[in-house]
Amino acid sequence: MKYMDNYILVLAAGLQTTIQDLGRKGFRSYGVPISGAMDKYSAILANKLLNNNEGLPVMEMAIIGPKILFEDNTCIVITGANLSPELNGKPIELNFVYKVNTSDVLSFGKLVFGSRAYLGVKDGFKTENKLNSYSYFKGITSKHIVEKGDRLEIAHYNSEFEIRSSKIKVKDYHFNSSELEVTKGPEFSRLSKKQREILFSKNFEIDNLNNRMGYQLKSEFLKIEKSEIITSSVIPGTVQLTPSGKLIILMRDCPTTGGYPRILQLTDIAINQLAQKKTGDTFKFDLEGSFSFLSRLVNRFKD
Amino acid sequence: MEKFKLKYKPLGSISVLIGWPQKIDDVILKDIILFRSVLQSEMKGLILDSVPAYNSLTIFIDSSKIKYTDAVKKIKEVYKKIDKKKLKITSKLWQIPVCYEDEYGIDLEEISEVKKISKQKIIQIHSEIIYDVYFIGFLPGFLYLGGLSEKIHFNRKPKPRKEIIKGAVGIAGNQTGIYPRESPGGWNIIGNSPINFFDVNQKEPCFASAGDKIQFVSVDKKTYTEIKKQVNEGAYLIKNEVYG
Repeated sequence: MKYMDNYILVLAAGLQTTIQDLGRKGFRSYGVPISGAMDKYSAILANKLLNNNEGLPVMEMAIIGPKILFEDNTCIVITGANLSPELNGKPIELNFVYKVNTSDVLSFGKLVFGSRAYLGVKDGFKTENKLNSYSYFKGITSKHIVEKGDRLEIAHYNSEFEIRSSKIKVKDYHFNSSELEVTKGPEFSRLSKKQREILFSKNFEIDNLNNRMGYQLKSEFLKIEKSEIITSSVIPGTVQLTPSGKLIILMRDCPTTGGYPRILQLTDIAINQLAQKKTGDTFKFDLEGSFSFLSRLVNRFKD
Repeated sequence: MEKFKLKYKPLGSISVLIGWPQKIDDVILKDIILFRSVLQSEMKGLILDSVPAYNSLTIFIDSSKIKYTDAVKKIKEVYKKIDKKKLKITSKLWQIPVCYEDEYGIDLEEISEVKKISKQKIIQIHSEIIYDVYFIGFLPGFLYLGGLSEKIHFNRKPKPRKEIIKGAVGIAGNQTGIYPRESPGGWNIIGNSPINFFDVNQKEPCFASAGDKIQFVSVDKKTYTEIKKQVNEGAYLIKNEVYG
Protein backbone atom coordinates (compact mmCIF):
# COMPACT_ATOMS: atom_id res chain seq x y z
CA MET A 1 0.00 0.00 0.00
CA LYS A 2 1.07 3.55 -0.66
CA TYR A 3 1.39 5.67 2.49
CA MET A 4 0.48 9.33 2.74
CA ASP A 5 3.14 11.35 4.53
CA ASN A 6 1.93 13.33 7.58
CA TYR A 7 -1.23 11.28 8.06
CA ILE A 8 -2.80 8.48 10.02
CA LEU A 9 -5.49 6.26 8.52
CA VAL A 10 -8.45 5.11 10.61
CA LEU A 11 -8.99 1.37 10.01
CA ALA A 12 -11.85 1.04 12.53
CA ALA A 13 -13.71 3.86 14.25
CA GLY A 14 -14.42 2.58 17.76
CA LEU A 15 -17.15 4.19 19.84
CA GLN A 16 -17.59 7.97 20.21
CA THR A 17 -14.09 8.63 18.82
CA THR A 18 -13.47 12.37 18.37
CA ILE A 19 -10.71 14.96 18.27
CA GLN A 20 -10.74 17.25 21.31
CA ASP A 21 -8.69 20.04 22.80
CA LEU A 22 -9.54 22.04 25.93
CA GLY A 23 -12.65 23.56 24.39
CA ARG A 24 -14.13 26.43 22.42
CA LYS A 25 -14.14 29.62 24.43
CA GLY A 26 -15.79 32.95 23.79
CA PHE A 27 -18.71 31.82 21.59
CA ARG A 28 -21.23 30.78 24.21
CA SER A 29 -23.41 33.80 23.54
CA TYR A 30 -23.96 32.42 20.01
CA GLY A 31 -25.21 29.18 21.52
CA VAL A 32 -21.93 27.35 20.83
CA PRO A 33 -21.11 24.67 23.45
CA ILE A 34 -17.69 24.72 25.07
CA SER A 35 -16.89 21.07 24.14
CA GLY A 36 -13.33 19.86 24.76
CA ALA A 37 -11.95 16.65 26.27
CA MET A 38 -14.40 14.97 28.66
CA ASP A 39 -11.53 14.11 31.00
CA LYS A 40 -9.31 17.17 30.72
CA TYR A 41 -6.85 15.82 33.23
CA SER A 42 -5.98 12.86 30.99
CA ALA A 43 -5.92 14.99 27.82
CA ILE A 44 -3.50 17.45 29.42
CA LEU A 45 -1.39 14.58 30.74
CA ALA A 46 -1.04 13.13 27.22
CA ASN A 47 0.26 16.45 25.90
CA LYS A 48 2.59 17.02 28.84
CA LEU A 49 4.18 13.58 28.46
CA LEU A 50 4.87 14.44 24.80
CA ASN A 51 6.28 17.86 25.70
CA ASN A 52 3.40 19.37 23.74
CA ASN A 53 1.54 22.52 24.64
CA GLU A 54 -1.19 21.22 27.00
CA GLY A 55 -4.01 22.55 24.81
CA LEU A 56 -3.12 20.67 21.62
CA PRO A 57 -5.80 18.40 20.12
CA VAL A 58 -5.80 14.72 21.13
CA MET A 59 -8.00 11.80 20.10
CA GLU A 60 -10.70 10.87 22.60
CA MET A 61 -12.22 7.38 22.57
CA ALA A 62 -14.78 5.69 24.80
CA ILE A 63 -15.24 2.03 25.81
CA ILE A 64 -14.19 0.65 22.39
CA GLY A 65 -11.05 2.12 20.88
CA PRO A 66 -10.30 2.67 17.18
CA LYS A 67 -7.71 0.91 15.01
CA ILE A 68 -5.16 3.23 13.49
CA LEU A 69 -2.49 2.88 10.80
CA PHE A 70 0.39 5.34 11.02
CA GLU A 71 1.48 6.58 7.61
CA ASP A 72 4.37 8.60 9.01
CA ASN A 73 6.79 8.55 11.94
CA THR A 74 5.80 10.17 15.20
CA CYS A 75 5.69 9.67 18.97
CA ILE A 76 2.49 8.68 20.75
CA VAL A 77 1.16 8.28 24.26
CA ILE A 78 -2.11 6.88 25.61
CA THR A 79 -3.64 8.21 28.81
CA GLY A 80 -6.93 7.83 30.67
CA ALA A 81 -8.88 4.57 30.62
CA ASN A 82 -7.17 1.23 30.06
CA LEU A 83 -8.59 -0.11 26.79
CA SER A 84 -5.74 -2.65 26.44
CA PRO A 85 -3.75 -0.75 23.79
CA GLU A 86 -1.50 -2.70 21.42
CA LEU A 87 1.10 -1.59 18.94
CA ASN A 88 1.49 -4.07 16.07
CA GLY A 89 -0.29 -6.64 18.22
CA LYS A 90 1.94 -6.23 21.27
CA PRO A 91 0.54 -4.73 24.48
CA ILE A 92 1.82 -1.24 25.34
CA GLU A 93 1.79 0.74 28.57
CA LEU A 94 -0.40 3.68 29.45
CA ASN A 95 1.21 7.07 30.16
CA PHE A 96 4.39 6.06 28.36
CA VAL A 97 5.75 7.62 25.18
CA TYR A 98 6.36 5.26 22.24
CA LYS A 99 8.05 6.00 18.96
CA VAL A 100 5.98 4.77 16.01
CA ASN A 101 7.00 4.33 12.38
CA THR A 102 5.23 4.30 9.05
CA SER A 103 3.04 1.16 8.72
CA ASP A 104 2.72 0.63 12.50
CA VAL A 105 -0.80 -0.23 13.68
CA LEU A 106 -2.32 0.86 16.99
CA SER A 107 -5.32 -1.10 18.22
CA PHE A 108 -7.32 -1.51 21.41
CA GLY A 109 -8.94 -4.43 23.13
CA LYS A 110 -10.76 -5.15 26.36
CA LEU A 111 -11.81 -2.36 28.72
CA VAL A 112 -9.91 -2.89 31.98
CA PHE A 113 -10.74 0.31 33.88
CA GLY A 114 -12.18 3.76 33.25
CA SER A 115 -14.23 4.76 30.23
CA ARG A 116 -12.35 7.25 28.06
CA ALA A 117 -8.79 7.05 26.73
CA TYR A 118 -6.76 9.71 24.97
CA LEU A 119 -4.25 9.26 22.16
CA GLY A 120 -1.73 12.07 21.99
CA VAL A 121 0.70 12.49 19.08
CA LYS A 122 3.82 14.66 19.00
CA ASP A 123 2.77 18.24 18.10
CA GLY A 124 -0.95 17.32 18.15
CA PHE A 125 -3.47 16.42 15.47
CA LYS A 126 -3.59 18.92 12.61
CA THR A 127 -7.33 18.77 11.98
CA GLU A 128 -9.42 21.84 11.15
CA ASN A 129 -9.67 24.65 13.66
CA LYS A 130 -13.10 26.32 13.84
CA LEU A 131 -13.93 29.20 16.19
CA ASN A 132 -10.55 28.88 17.94
CA SER A 133 -10.83 25.18 18.73
CA TYR A 134 -10.15 21.77 17.21
CA SER A 135 -12.89 20.07 19.22
CA TYR A 136 -15.28 18.14 16.99
CA PHE A 137 -18.88 19.35 17.20
CA LYS A 138 -21.76 18.84 14.77
CA GLY A 139 -22.42 21.98 12.77
CA ILE A 140 -19.14 23.61 13.83
CA THR A 141 -16.46 21.28 12.48
CA SER A 142 -17.15 19.46 9.21
CA LYS A 143 -16.69 16.13 10.98
CA HIS A 144 -18.27 15.39 14.34
CA ILE A 145 -17.01 11.86 14.79
CA VAL A 146 -13.96 9.91 13.63
CA GLU A 147 -15.00 7.29 11.07
CA LYS A 148 -13.42 4.32 9.33
CA GLY A 149 -11.42 5.52 6.32
CA ASP A 150 -10.73 9.01 7.73
CA ARG A 151 -7.23 10.36 7.22
CA LEU A 152 -6.12 12.74 9.98
CA GLU A 153 -3.10 14.95 9.58
CA ILE A 154 -0.22 14.74 12.07
CA ALA A 155 3.29 16.19 12.12
CA HIS A 156 6.20 14.12 10.83
CA TYR A 157 8.49 13.57 13.81
CA ASN A 158 11.58 11.52 13.46
CA SER A 159 14.11 12.69 15.99
CA GLU A 160 14.72 10.61 19.07
CA PHE A 161 12.34 11.55 21.82
CA GLU A 162 13.87 11.75 25.22
CA ILE A 163 11.64 9.16 26.81
CA ARG A 164 11.10 9.82 30.47
CA SER A 165 12.17 6.74 32.32
CA SER A 166 9.70 6.98 35.18
CA LYS A 167 6.24 5.72 34.32
CA ILE A 168 3.48 7.94 35.61
CA LYS A 169 0.76 6.24 37.60
CA VAL A 170 -2.55 8.05 37.81
CA LYS A 171 -4.30 7.63 41.15
CA ASP A 172 -6.99 4.94 41.17
CA TYR A 173 -9.65 7.29 42.52
CA HIS A 174 -9.52 9.23 39.27
CA PHE A 175 -11.26 6.19 37.73
CA ASN A 176 -13.18 4.54 40.55
CA SER A 177 -13.96 7.26 43.07
CA SER A 178 -17.28 6.46 44.73
CA GLU A 179 -17.93 10.13 45.51
CA LEU A 180 -18.18 13.11 43.19
CA GLU A 181 -17.51 16.51 44.68
CA VAL A 182 -20.24 19.10 44.14
CA THR A 183 -21.25 22.60 45.17
CA LYS A 184 -24.81 23.91 45.48
CA GLY A 185 -26.48 24.93 42.23
CA PRO A 186 -28.51 28.14 41.79
CA GLU A 187 -31.83 26.34 42.50
CA PHE A 188 -30.55 24.15 45.35
CA SER A 189 -32.83 26.06 47.73
CA ARG A 190 -35.91 24.59 46.04
CA LEU A 191 -35.11 21.21 47.57
CA SER A 192 -36.79 20.18 50.81
CA LYS A 193 -34.82 18.95 53.80
CA LYS A 194 -35.87 15.40 52.97
CA GLN A 195 -34.72 15.77 49.37
CA ARG A 196 -31.35 17.09 50.47
CA GLU A 197 -30.91 14.12 52.78
CA ILE A 198 -31.66 11.70 49.96
CA LEU A 199 -29.44 13.61 47.55
CA PHE A 200 -26.36 13.23 49.75
CA SER A 201 -26.96 9.75 51.11
CA LYS A 202 -28.19 7.77 48.12
CA ASN A 203 -26.07 5.87 45.64
CA PHE A 204 -26.92 7.02 42.12
CA GLU A 205 -26.56 4.71 39.14
CA ILE A 206 -25.60 5.91 35.65
CA ASP A 207 -28.29 5.20 33.03
CA ASN A 208 -27.43 4.01 29.53
CA LEU A 209 -28.25 7.51 28.27
CA ASN A 210 -24.76 8.89 28.75
CA ASN A 211 -22.56 10.61 26.22
CA ARG A 212 -20.60 13.82 25.63
CA MET A 213 -23.77 15.92 26.14
CA GLY A 214 -24.68 14.54 29.52
CA TYR A 215 -25.20 11.61 31.88
CA GLN A 216 -28.71 10.67 32.95
CA LEU A 217 -28.96 8.94 36.32
CA LYS A 218 -31.16 5.89 36.70
CA SER A 219 -32.45 6.45 40.18
CA GLU A 220 -35.74 8.29 40.42
CA PHE A 221 -35.54 11.34 42.61
CA LEU A 222 -38.28 13.19 44.43
CA LYS A 223 -40.20 15.59 42.25
CA ILE A 224 -40.27 19.23 43.23
CA GLU A 225 -43.19 21.57 43.00
CA LYS A 226 -41.63 24.33 40.91
CA SER A 227 -40.17 21.96 38.36
CA GLU A 228 -39.06 24.42 35.67
CA ILE A 229 -37.06 27.63 35.53
CA ILE A 230 -37.04 30.46 33.03
CA THR A 231 -34.36 29.32 30.56
CA SER A 232 -30.93 30.33 31.87
CA SER A 233 -27.23 29.41 31.62
CA VAL A 234 -25.96 25.90 32.17
CA ILE A 235 -22.35 24.70 32.05
CA PRO A 236 -20.60 21.33 32.03
CA GLY A 237 -21.09 19.76 35.45
CA THR A 238 -24.50 21.33 36.07
CA VAL A 239 -26.88 18.78 37.66
CA GLN A 240 -30.45 19.34 36.42
CA LEU A 241 -33.59 17.94 38.01
CA THR A 242 -36.22 17.22 35.34
CA PRO A 243 -40.00 17.44 36.02
CA SER A 244 -40.23 13.62 36.00
CA GLY A 245 -37.69 13.40 38.84
CA LYS A 246 -34.69 12.32 36.79
CA LEU A 247 -31.27 13.81 37.42
CA ILE A 248 -29.14 14.77 34.41
CA ILE A 249 -25.51 15.79 34.77
CA LEU A 250 -24.51 17.97 31.83
CA MET A 251 -21.15 17.27 30.23
CA ARG A 252 -18.77 19.05 27.84
CA ASP A 253 -21.03 19.18 24.74
CA CYS A 254 -24.09 20.45 26.64
CA PRO A 255 -26.14 23.36 25.27
CA THR A 256 -25.41 26.82 26.67
CA THR A 257 -28.85 27.23 28.26
CA GLY A 258 -31.47 25.02 29.86
CA GLY A 259 -34.87 25.16 31.53
CA TYR A 260 -34.63 22.73 34.46
CA PRO A 261 -33.65 23.60 38.04
CA ARG A 262 -29.86 23.47 38.54
CA ILE A 263 -29.61 21.81 41.91
CA LEU A 264 -25.91 20.93 42.04
CA GLN A 265 -22.69 21.72 40.23
CA LEU A 266 -19.83 19.24 39.83
CA THR A 267 -16.35 20.59 40.44
CA ASP A 268 -13.87 20.40 37.56
CA ILE A 269 -12.20 17.37 39.11
CA ALA A 270 -15.56 15.64 39.51
CA ILE A 271 -16.38 16.23 35.81
CA ASN A 272 -13.12 14.50 34.85
CA GLN A 273 -13.94 11.62 37.21
CA LEU A 274 -17.47 11.25 35.85
CA ALA A 275 -16.05 11.18 32.30
CA GLN A 276 -14.30 7.94 33.33
CA LYS A 277 -17.56 6.32 34.50
CA LYS A 278 -19.98 4.31 32.40
CA THR A 279 -23.47 2.76 32.34
CA GLY A 280 -24.21 0.92 35.59
CA ASP A 281 -21.49 2.60 37.67
CA THR A 282 -22.69 4.13 40.94
CA PHE A 283 -21.54 7.06 43.07
CA LYS A 284 -22.62 9.50 45.78
CA PHE A 285 -22.66 13.29 45.66
CA ASP A 286 -20.24 14.84 48.13
CA LEU A 287 -21.07 18.40 49.10
CA GLU A 288 -18.06 20.60 49.81
CA GLY A 289 -19.25 23.89 51.14
CA SER A 290 -16.10 25.92 51.17
CA PHE A 291 -15.64 28.00 48.10
CA SER A 292 -12.01 28.89 48.71
CA PHE A 293 -11.17 25.21 48.96
CA LEU A 294 -12.73 24.78 45.54
CA SER A 295 -10.94 27.63 43.88
CA ARG A 296 -7.64 26.17 45.05
CA LEU A 297 -8.49 22.94 43.27
CA VAL A 298 -9.75 24.75 40.25
CA ASN A 299 -6.50 26.58 39.80
CA ARG A 300 -4.85 23.25 39.28
CA PHE A 301 -7.38 22.08 36.71
CA LYS A 302 -8.34 25.39 35.21
CA ASP A 303 -10.85 25.58 32.37
CA MET B 1 -35.52 53.89 34.13
CA GLU B 2 -35.44 51.98 37.41
CA LYS B 3 -32.61 49.76 38.51
CA PHE B 4 -33.30 46.20 39.53
CA LYS B 5 -32.38 44.41 42.70
CA LEU B 6 -30.01 41.80 41.34
CA LYS B 7 -28.97 38.48 42.82
CA TYR B 8 -25.44 37.15 42.47
CA LYS B 9 -24.71 33.43 42.65
CA PRO B 10 -21.80 31.27 41.56
CA LEU B 11 -22.38 28.87 38.66
CA GLY B 12 -19.44 26.54 38.97
CA SER B 13 -16.28 28.15 40.18
CA ILE B 14 -15.49 30.42 37.26
CA SER B 15 -18.76 32.15 36.54
CA VAL B 16 -21.03 34.67 38.19
CA LEU B 17 -24.75 34.18 37.58
CA ILE B 18 -26.56 37.50 37.84
CA GLY B 19 -30.30 37.16 38.33
CA TRP B 20 -33.13 39.61 37.53
CA PRO B 21 -36.75 39.20 38.71
CA GLN B 22 -38.32 35.91 37.59
CA LYS B 23 -40.26 37.06 34.55
CA ILE B 24 -39.90 37.60 30.82
CA ASP B 25 -40.05 41.31 30.18
CA ASP B 26 -38.51 43.62 27.59
CA VAL B 27 -37.46 46.15 30.24
CA ILE B 28 -35.35 43.41 31.85
CA LEU B 29 -33.99 42.48 28.42
CA LYS B 30 -32.83 46.07 27.85
CA ASP B 31 -31.25 46.22 31.30
CA ILE B 32 -29.33 42.97 30.69
CA ILE B 33 -28.08 44.08 27.27
CA LEU B 34 -26.93 47.45 28.59
CA PHE B 35 -25.23 45.95 31.66
CA ARG B 36 -23.51 43.32 29.51
CA SER B 37 -22.16 45.90 27.11
CA VAL B 38 -20.86 48.14 29.94
CA LEU B 39 -19.25 45.16 31.70
CA GLN B 40 -17.49 44.12 28.51
CA SER B 41 -15.69 47.45 28.37
CA GLU B 42 -15.28 48.10 32.12
CA MET B 43 -13.93 44.62 32.85
CA LYS B 44 -12.06 44.06 29.63
CA GLY B 45 -9.46 41.33 30.00
CA LEU B 46 -11.11 39.89 33.11
CA ILE B 47 -14.14 38.43 31.33
CA LEU B 48 -13.75 35.38 29.09
CA ASP B 49 -17.36 35.14 27.95
CA SER B 50 -20.86 36.25 28.89
CA VAL B 51 -24.21 34.59 28.29
CA PRO B 52 -27.44 36.58 28.47
CA ALA B 53 -30.77 34.76 28.94
CA TYR B 54 -34.36 35.91 29.68
CA ASN B 55 -33.68 37.11 33.21
CA SER B 56 -30.06 36.28 33.82
CA LEU B 57 -26.57 37.16 32.69
CA THR B 58 -23.70 34.76 33.29
CA ILE B 59 -20.21 36.23 33.39
CA PHE B 60 -17.33 33.80 32.89
CA ILE B 61 -14.33 35.30 34.63
CA ASP B 62 -10.65 34.69 34.06
CA SER B 63 -9.81 33.14 37.41
CA SER B 64 -6.08 33.55 36.80
CA LYS B 65 -6.61 37.33 36.92
CA ILE B 66 -9.45 37.89 39.36
CA LYS B 67 -10.96 36.00 42.28
CA TYR B 68 -14.68 35.18 42.33
CA THR B 69 -15.44 37.43 45.30
CA ASP B 70 -13.52 40.36 43.79
CA ALA B 71 -15.29 39.85 40.48
CA VAL B 72 -18.70 40.03 42.17
CA LYS B 73 -17.65 43.21 44.01
CA LYS B 74 -16.48 44.80 40.77
CA ILE B 75 -19.62 43.73 38.85
CA LYS B 76 -21.84 45.26 41.57
CA GLU B 77 -19.91 48.54 41.40
CA VAL B 78 -20.29 48.69 37.63
CA TYR B 79 -24.06 48.17 37.87
CA LYS B 80 -24.39 50.88 40.50
CA LYS B 81 -22.54 53.38 38.33
CA ILE B 82 -24.51 52.81 35.12
CA ASP B 83 -26.24 56.01 34.08
CA LYS B 84 -29.10 54.82 31.94
CA LYS B 85 -29.94 58.26 30.64
CA LYS B 86 -26.51 58.72 29.12
CA LEU B 87 -26.22 55.26 27.61
CA LYS B 88 -28.14 54.03 24.66
CA ILE B 89 -27.86 50.68 22.98
CA THR B 90 -28.70 50.66 19.31
CA SER B 91 -30.31 47.55 18.00
CA LYS B 92 -31.12 46.30 14.55
CA LEU B 93 -34.37 45.13 13.00
CA TRP B 94 -33.80 42.15 10.69
CA GLN B 95 -36.26 41.17 7.96
CA ILE B 96 -36.35 37.39 7.75
CA PRO B 97 -37.96 35.87 4.64
CA VAL B 98 -40.14 32.82 5.37
CA CYS B 99 -42.04 30.60 2.95
CA TYR B 100 -45.24 29.48 4.71
CA GLU B 101 -46.49 27.35 1.78
CA ASP B 102 -47.79 23.82 2.50
CA GLU B 103 -44.52 22.18 1.48
CA TYR B 104 -42.83 23.83 4.51
CA GLY B 105 -45.68 24.78 6.83
CA ILE B 106 -46.46 21.16 7.64
CA ASP B 107 -48.35 21.86 10.87
CA LEU B 108 -50.29 24.95 9.74
CA GLU B 109 -53.35 22.85 8.86
CA GLU B 110 -53.54 21.34 12.37
CA ILE B 111 -53.09 24.69 14.14
CA SER B 112 -55.73 26.19 11.86
CA GLU B 113 -58.24 23.43 12.70
CA VAL B 114 -57.65 23.43 16.45
CA LYS B 115 -57.52 27.21 16.78
CA LYS B 116 -60.30 27.84 14.23
CA ILE B 117 -58.17 30.49 12.52
CA SER B 118 -57.50 30.36 8.78
CA LYS B 119 -53.97 29.52 7.65
CA GLN B 120 -53.79 32.92 5.97
CA LYS B 121 -54.65 34.63 9.25
CA ILE B 122 -52.03 32.62 11.20
CA ILE B 123 -49.38 33.67 8.68
CA GLN B 124 -50.52 37.28 8.93
CA ILE B 125 -50.40 37.25 12.75
CA HIS B 126 -47.00 35.54 12.77
CA SER B 127 -45.42 37.94 10.28
CA GLU B 128 -46.81 41.28 11.46
CA ILE B 129 -45.21 41.15 14.92
CA ILE B 130 -41.79 42.63 15.66
CA TYR B 131 -40.05 40.08 17.90
CA ASP B 132 -37.34 40.71 20.48
CA VAL B 133 -34.23 38.56 20.32
CA TYR B 134 -33.75 37.66 23.99
CA PHE B 135 -30.69 35.47 23.58
CA ILE B 136 -29.17 32.61 21.60
CA GLY B 137 -29.12 29.09 23.06
CA PHE B 138 -30.20 25.44 22.62
CA LEU B 139 -28.30 25.12 19.30
CA PRO B 140 -25.63 27.39 17.77
CA GLY B 141 -27.62 30.23 16.21
CA PHE B 142 -31.02 29.38 17.77
CA LEU B 143 -32.69 32.68 18.64
CA TYR B 144 -35.02 32.85 21.63
CA LEU B 145 -37.70 35.28 20.48
CA GLY B 146 -40.25 37.08 22.61
CA GLY B 147 -43.56 38.54 21.50
CA LEU B 148 -45.58 35.73 19.88
CA SER B 149 -49.27 36.64 19.79
CA GLU B 150 -51.38 34.67 22.25
CA LYS B 151 -53.82 33.92 19.41
CA ILE B 152 -51.34 31.45 17.94
CA HIS B 153 -49.78 29.94 21.07
CA PHE B 154 -49.74 26.17 20.44
CA ASN B 155 -48.38 23.35 22.60
CA ARG B 156 -45.38 21.27 21.59
CA LYS B 157 -46.05 18.01 19.78
CA PRO B 158 -46.53 15.19 22.30
CA LYS B 159 -43.99 13.14 20.36
CA PRO B 160 -41.00 15.03 18.94
CA ARG B 161 -40.10 14.49 15.27
CA LYS B 162 -36.87 12.63 14.63
CA GLU B 163 -35.73 15.28 12.21
CA ILE B 164 -36.78 18.83 11.56
CA ILE B 165 -35.08 20.42 8.56
CA LYS B 166 -32.72 23.39 8.66
CA GLY B 167 -34.52 26.73 8.47
CA ALA B 168 -37.82 25.35 9.86
CA VAL B 169 -39.88 28.04 11.59
CA GLY B 170 -41.83 26.67 14.54
CA ILE B 171 -44.18 27.43 17.39
CA ALA B 172 -43.95 25.81 20.84
CA GLY B 173 -46.25 27.12 23.53
CA ASN B 174 -45.70 30.87 23.72
CA GLN B 175 -42.44 30.73 21.76
CA THR B 176 -41.53 30.93 18.10
CA GLY B 177 -38.13 30.21 16.60
CA ILE B 178 -36.09 29.00 13.65
CA TYR B 179 -34.04 25.77 13.57
CA PRO B 180 -30.52 26.88 12.50
CA ARG B 181 -29.70 23.33 11.42
CA GLU B 182 -31.48 19.99 11.17
CA SER B 183 -32.33 18.60 14.59
CA PRO B 184 -34.86 16.42 16.35
CA GLY B 185 -37.60 18.56 17.86
CA GLY B 186 -41.14 18.90 19.09
CA TRP B 187 -42.06 22.30 17.70
CA ASN B 188 -45.02 22.81 15.34
CA ILE B 189 -43.59 23.75 11.96
CA ILE B 190 -45.30 26.56 10.06
CA GLY B 191 -42.73 27.57 7.45
CA ASN B 192 -39.08 27.67 6.41
CA SER B 193 -36.50 30.42 6.06
CA PRO B 194 -33.75 30.22 3.41
CA ILE B 195 -31.38 32.29 5.59
CA ASN B 196 -28.32 30.91 7.43
CA PHE B 197 -28.69 31.65 11.13
CA PHE B 198 -25.27 30.29 11.94
CA ASP B 199 -22.22 30.46 9.71
CA VAL B 200 -19.09 29.09 11.28
CA ASN B 201 -16.88 30.81 8.69
CA GLN B 202 -17.97 34.34 9.60
CA LYS B 203 -16.17 36.39 12.22
CA GLU B 204 -19.57 36.94 13.85
CA PRO B 205 -21.12 33.50 13.26
CA CYS B 206 -24.65 34.75 13.92
CA PHE B 207 -25.85 38.03 12.36
CA ALA B 208 -28.32 38.82 15.15
CA SER B 209 -27.50 39.34 18.79
CA ALA B 210 -29.48 39.64 22.01
CA GLY B 211 -31.47 42.88 22.01
CA ASP B 212 -32.02 42.94 18.23
CA LYS B 213 -35.46 42.70 16.60
CA ILE B 214 -36.77 40.22 14.05
CA GLN B 215 -39.68 40.44 11.66
CA PHE B 216 -40.78 37.61 9.39
CA VAL B 217 -41.64 38.45 5.79
CA SER B 218 -43.86 36.00 3.91
CA VAL B 219 -42.38 35.00 0.54
CA ASP B 220 -43.62 32.57 -2.14
CA LYS B 221 -41.76 29.43 -3.18
CA LYS B 222 -40.20 31.13 -6.21
CA THR B 223 -38.73 33.97 -4.12
CA TYR B 224 -37.65 31.46 -1.46
CA THR B 225 -35.72 29.44 -4.05
CA GLU B 226 -34.14 32.58 -5.49
CA ILE B 227 -33.03 33.78 -2.02
CA LYS B 228 -31.72 30.33 -1.12
CA LYS B 229 -29.58 30.37 -4.28
CA GLN B 230 -28.18 33.79 -3.35
CA VAL B 231 -27.54 32.63 0.24
CA ASN B 232 -25.57 29.62 -1.06
CA GLU B 233 -23.52 31.89 -3.31
CA GLY B 234 -22.87 34.20 -0.36
CA ALA B 235 -24.57 37.02 -2.23
CA TYR B 236 -27.68 37.53 -0.08
CA LEU B 237 -27.77 40.44 2.32
CA ILE B 238 -30.41 40.26 5.02
CA LYS B 239 -32.43 43.46 5.00
CA ASN B 240 -31.93 45.37 8.22
CA GLU B 241 -32.31 48.82 9.72
CA VAL B 242 -31.29 50.54 12.92
CA TYR B 243 -34.15 50.26 15.39
CA GLY B 244 -34.99 52.43 18.37
